[in-house]
Amino acid sequence: MKRDAKTRSREAAKPLRQADAKPLGREGAELARIALTVNGEECVVHFEPYKTLLEVLREDLALTGTKHGCELGECGACAVLMDGAPVLSCLVLGVECDGAAVTTIEGMAEGPELHPLQAAFADKGAAQCGYCTPGILLTAKHLLEHNPHPTRAEIAEALSGNLCRCTGYLQIYEAIEQTVRREDAKTGRP
Amino acid sequence: MSEFRVIGRARRRVDGRAKVTGATLFADDIVLPRMLYAKLLRSPHPHARIARIDISRAAKARGVKLVLTGEHFPNAYGIMPVSQDEHALCLDVVRHVGDPVAAVVAASEAAAQDALELIEVDYKPLPTIADAVEALARSDVRIHGYGEGGNIHRLAHLAFGDVDEVFAETDVRVFEDIAFYEGNTHLPLEQHAAVAALDKNGRLTLWSSTQTPHYVHREVARALDIPTHQLRVVACMNGGGFGGKSDPFNHEVVVAKAALLLGRPVKITLTREEVFYCHRGRHPVLMRLKTAVRPDGRIAAMDLETLLDGGAYGSYGAASTLYTGQLQTVTYQVPRYRFRACRVFTNKPPCGPKRGHGTPQPRFIQEIQLDRIAETLKMDPADLRLMQIAEPGSITANWLKLGTVGLAECIRRVVEGSGWKQRRGKLGFGRGLGLACSSYLSGAGLPIYWNDMPHSGVQLQLDRSGRVTAFCGATEIGQGSDDVLAAIVAEVLGLEAGDVVLVTGDTDLTPVDLGSYSSRVTLMMGNAAIQAAERARAMLAEAVAAKLDVPASRLGFADRRVFDVENPDAGVGFAEAVALAETKFGTIGSTGSYRPPAAPGRYRGSGVGPSATYSYSAAVVEVEVDPATGIVRVPKVWIGHDIGRVINPVLARGQVEGGVYMGLGEALMEESSFRRLPHHLSGALVHKFPSMLEYKSLTTLEMPEVVTYFIEDADPNGPFGAKEVGQGPLLPIMPAVANAVYDAVGVRVNQVPITPEAVLKGIEKKRGAQARRDRVTEGGQGEGVRIGPTEFPRVPWPEALVVPPPWEGGDGKAVKPEPKLGVRV
Amino acid sequence: MRAPRFRYHAAQSVPDAVAALAGEERAMLLAGGTDLVPNMKRRQQRPDLVIGIRRLAELRRIGNGSGLSIGACVTLAEVAAHPLIAAKYAALAKAAGQVATVHLRAMGTLGGNLCLDTRCNYYDQNYEWRRAINFCMKAPLGTDGHACASPDGTGICWVATSSPRCWAVSSTDCAPALIALGADVVLAGPGGERRIPLEQLYRSDGMAYLTKGRDEVLVRVELEDAKTPRRADAKFGSTYWKLRRRGSFDFPVLGVAAALGFHKDGTVESARVVLGAVESCPVLVPEAASLVGRKLSDEVVREFAASCARYARPLDNTDFDLAWRKKVVKSYVAGALTELRDRA
Repeated sequence: MKRDAKTRSREAAKPLRQADAKPLGREGAELARIALTVNGEECVVHFEPYKTLLEVLREDLALTGTKHGCELGECGACAVLMDGAPVLSCLVLGVECDGAAVTTIEGMAEGPELHPLQAAFADKGAAQCGYCTPGILLTAKHLLEHNPHPTRAEIAEALSGNLCRCTGYLQIYEAIEQTVRREDAKTGRP
Repeated sequence: MSEFRVIGRARRRVDGRAKVTGATLFADDIVLPRMLYAKLLRSPHPHARIARIDISRAAKARGVKLVLTGEHFPNAYGIMPVSQDEHALCLDVVRHVGDPVAAVVAASEAAAQDALELIEVDYKPLPTIADAVEALARSDVRIHGYGEGGNIHRLAHLAFGDVDEVFAETDVRVFEDIAFYEGNTHLPLEQHAAVAALDKNGRLTLWSSTQTPHYVHREVARALDIPTHQLRVVACMNGGGFGGKSDPFNHEVVVAKAALLLGRPVKITLTREEVFYCHRGRHPVLMRLKTAVRPDGRIAAMDLETLLDGGAYGSYGAASTLYTGQLQTVTYQVPRYRFRACRVFTNKPPCGPKRGHGTPQPRFIQEIQLDRIAETLKMDPADLRLMQIAEPGSITANWLKLGTVGLAECIRRVVEGSGWKQRRGKLGFGRGLGLACSSYLSGAGLPIYWNDMPHSGVQLQLDRSGRVTAFCGATEIGQGSDDVLAAIVAEVLGLEAGDVVLVTGDTDLTPVDLGSYSSRVTLMMGNAAIQAAERARAMLAEAVAAKLDVPASRLGFADRRVFDVENPDAGVGFAEAVALAETKFGTIGSTGSYRPPAAPGRYRGSGVGPSATYSYSAAVVEVEVDPATGIVRVPKVWIGHDIGRVINPVLARGQVEGGVYMGLGEALMEESSFRRLPHHLSGALVHKFPSMLEYKSLTTLEMPEVVTYFIEDADPNGPFGAKEVGQGPLLPIMPAVANAVYDAVGVRVNQVPITPEAVLKGIEKKRGAQARRDRVTEGGQGEGVRIGPTEFPRVPWPEALVVPPPWEGGDGKAVKPEPKLGVRV
Repeated sequence: MRAPRFRYHAAQSVPDAVAALAGEERAMLLAGGTDLVPNMKRRQQRPDLVIGIRRLAELRRIGNGSGLSIGACVTLAEVAAHPLIAAKYAALAKAAGQVATVHLRAMGTLGGNLCLDTRCNYYDQNYEWRRAINFCMKAPLGTDGHACASPDGTGICWVATSSPRCWAVSSTDCAPALIALGADVVLAGPGGERRIPLEQLYRSDGMAYLTKGRDEVLVRVELEDAKTPRRADAKFGSTYWKLRRRGSFDFPVLGVAAALGFHKDGTVESARVVLGAVESCPVLVPEAASLVGRKLSDEVVREFAASCARYARPLDNTDFDLAWRKKVVKSYVAGALTELRDRA
């Protein structure tokens, strides 16, 4: 393995590249390549191998809806759904995402139709500056998928890994509760 | 039924959809072709002379396009004209850990980061100043060459009547408190970012997460020595501001310069740690407040001293200094008032304006003292306040003209809602209720730099399609200024808020608005918007009147129609109305502008404090204190806010709840604390925790239930009567928590944050005292134990500027101080 | 903030991971990434080779036999939500359920939490901050060759500047719980597997806090059938109390794990109490043995809780004032024991 690496780095330093050489990035180093499904679409992406999923999404897939507040897993702004679980994209290495299915904020709406959570967040003041909103929306989506009728305490618990400095959270709870009520009304649940 | 169709109705904010779809463009979301990335090399020393910088290795590193140092930035800048003490990159001295000394621009952020390591800097460490008390004591160490002697940046001494005369009277009781309010920071979720690029004609554009594009425009142009008309500043949507994005910043100047030199777009995104270095947060303030009280509980005179730890640069400090005292007269009637303030430089990131700018600290000491006064006089703290609320329309001792005052109603509502009369003092050991009040500006009465021009301008452009575009320099930072602008224009023109197209916060496209600070936007932009919309409406009305053959005064604007109010079926659609006006007058546009009324005060320092009107708040906080650990939990808050008029109830409530949230954070856990390592081992003076994890911000699990009451007592100076709501509701929270802790466990915590350590120390002290059956009177009257500072240092106060209050025959100007025996100066 | 450059190897099996570890001097295992990735970004750790083990099926199993076997890469969220764990090993479910946040529990693994790097106010900081204090004993070197100086040349522990050792604090929530429950861990190395009581995985050294060999992989946790007392009418209970500033995000500044067996008359038949976040390793309180044969009156609880305080060696290495941290040990130990007594 050690030898492999040395060979590879020597190759990377060669001025002339062989036709079958792997692509080089802006920093002149070999890029990593993964195939993953993002918002239901399969894609192949090349990126600097030190990048996190957050950086791959924002910089290499142009999906800037995913935000970052600390890049150390301390705020929740970068939350996305990966294989159905809410994860912090700033701590997931891009090289570990081969074969993964990722949902970002850009994948929440159905065409022009907002997801019911999105509509309720917009209506109820759950987004002020809107910076923590993508991470919170995806976390809330995960919550309702697993617990369609959460109590307020359960909502608070589910969102306790997402910091919001604007709202004081209460209008976020109300938006989620309104979503539950509206979905119930649609399905005829009392 | 409301008289309004848009104003006061709950609705989705106009930018709501963008915010929930990830479509809102923040500065770091901007990607331009051929864009390069900048990183700053920051000082690891708190105070040092730069002996040598060698950039040669970094300049040759792979991917590096440019390395900049202080010599590229000879021009000083700063938000206040009186303290232009910053350089984009330090020239010869670094003044705090994190002060930038060099910048690298490279093909990628990682390449720029790598190259930073190759820059060699020789520092010659200088002695450091860690806090305000040390700054006063060590005048031999000079952080700046300007100021009021030693490390004193600003001094103020204002005497509105003779307070000592009152303190000497026999029928007053004098209460004295000392308190310390620790610094804290805004912690916006978004890390500051900026992108600079030359447009196709070679003009420079700077996109930035800034609350004040107009001031950034002026200061970046000054720093780079380019004409302001050659620079365009675009305020991107801010991912939270709270005052922290109100200064021109090093990184903005650096990318602007780099784009000019390289002819390519350059982006910079700060790390979270760097955001802590930008700071401009709440000043740590040590305070002493002495109040003379009449037997019935009325304040007879107040004497306040404040000592602000300003950090390494001026920032807004000249204003912050005066804000620690100037609004102290707005809440209650204060017949005589003396205020002394001192701001010092220390080797820490600069403090500046954070939500409430300079006023939460003195508000805290006054409100905890009032609680103590009420207890001593055996009065209900709510009644004590109710009997002496400032008079609507009055002029205060320090010559501030008040507008409407809805505080009494705020107090009544929270007292009723919380069951104050029945529950206070009766919840048992460990549970308690506390009350506090406050007031705040609805926009600073004066701009940062002296001028007689409007503070806010709005321009409307209408065309035959029925489109209305509103242009305004105001900056959306999440508070909803775009929504307010759209709502006001829509209300006047009979449209829906979503019908109005908005262009805001762009110095190329929009008329000047001074920015999103001092809670000024709703009132100032709102008034400008009303004027612009009314002017446009007059043109439409004239054209439609001719068509309908009715007097223009009979026309109504509603439901996207212009119609005869006496015969509503007769009318035209809005687009047709514009078409008629366009036919009659040519292209339709209008402008509106606003400048706050002149303030009656005319003394040096009277520029800080005036406002077109003031908001009022009262809060009751319930706490549960664990006597074994001192941990304070807040289950519920009741808050009343005198907002004048609610524009959008959804957003207004969001501002109140957000203010309560941030106030509880300050009250319980947020602090910008620093550590200095043992001198013989290190000269380090660093943040304890420049991280999101260790700077403790409340999560959902600490956030209490909040009951909000809006008091709508329309103020004639506000648009549709509206006052501010962004800052005021934070102010009563910290003292209300402290007062509730006292109700719960009998411990007065004269410091913020109110930590478990402090509360437990108080509980133990109290137990010890009870065991000894002593009456604890440490530090003054009252039965409780007091935790907090006990000394206020000697400050070389200047001679007082004496300004007689209105009721003592003053005219708002300073008079020569009369020499008088026995008066301390 | 960018991670440093590294090479990545997706391990195909545990032996493959062991071989990869053995083949590279600066190699590190990556499971959930919630500890290693931030540490890499802060340049506390700079592995040349990162070995991904998160997806190895053999590390992701929860097996049920006489006791319970939990793979090292089972996520903390899965541990917390597992009905059998909640029913029989409540302390573990509570501990896992209180680690960090929802997202970090969905990513972080049980093995990762057990191997969590020790933490300190002077260590868990960005590179630039640590440069400003001249680094510390635990991570003494800057990337520019700048080194932390100390009289003996080994670097300073800023928590105790004259100390020859590092006082970084053990911050795992699951280890105290699992030690109280009497868990073993299985380590796989070049010579095969070995099984040790979990407490033996740790030592009181902020730097070399694990006894695990550099080329060993922690593969699973083994729980006996809850150390159940023999009599069928006896009751066994366990709990975990975590002290921290906020209800989520924060690492423990104190963890109290207790596992007690009670006779039906309330007499204690077995007792293990472990303190977390007060030392560089979890601390198994020896005085717990003295509870056996006694009933947990308030007086007994108070006395025992007071005796625990002496094992807590809080230093300036976490949030909160250290004197306060020591003081509240009593209250938390008493709380945990009272909870178990009242539940039994």
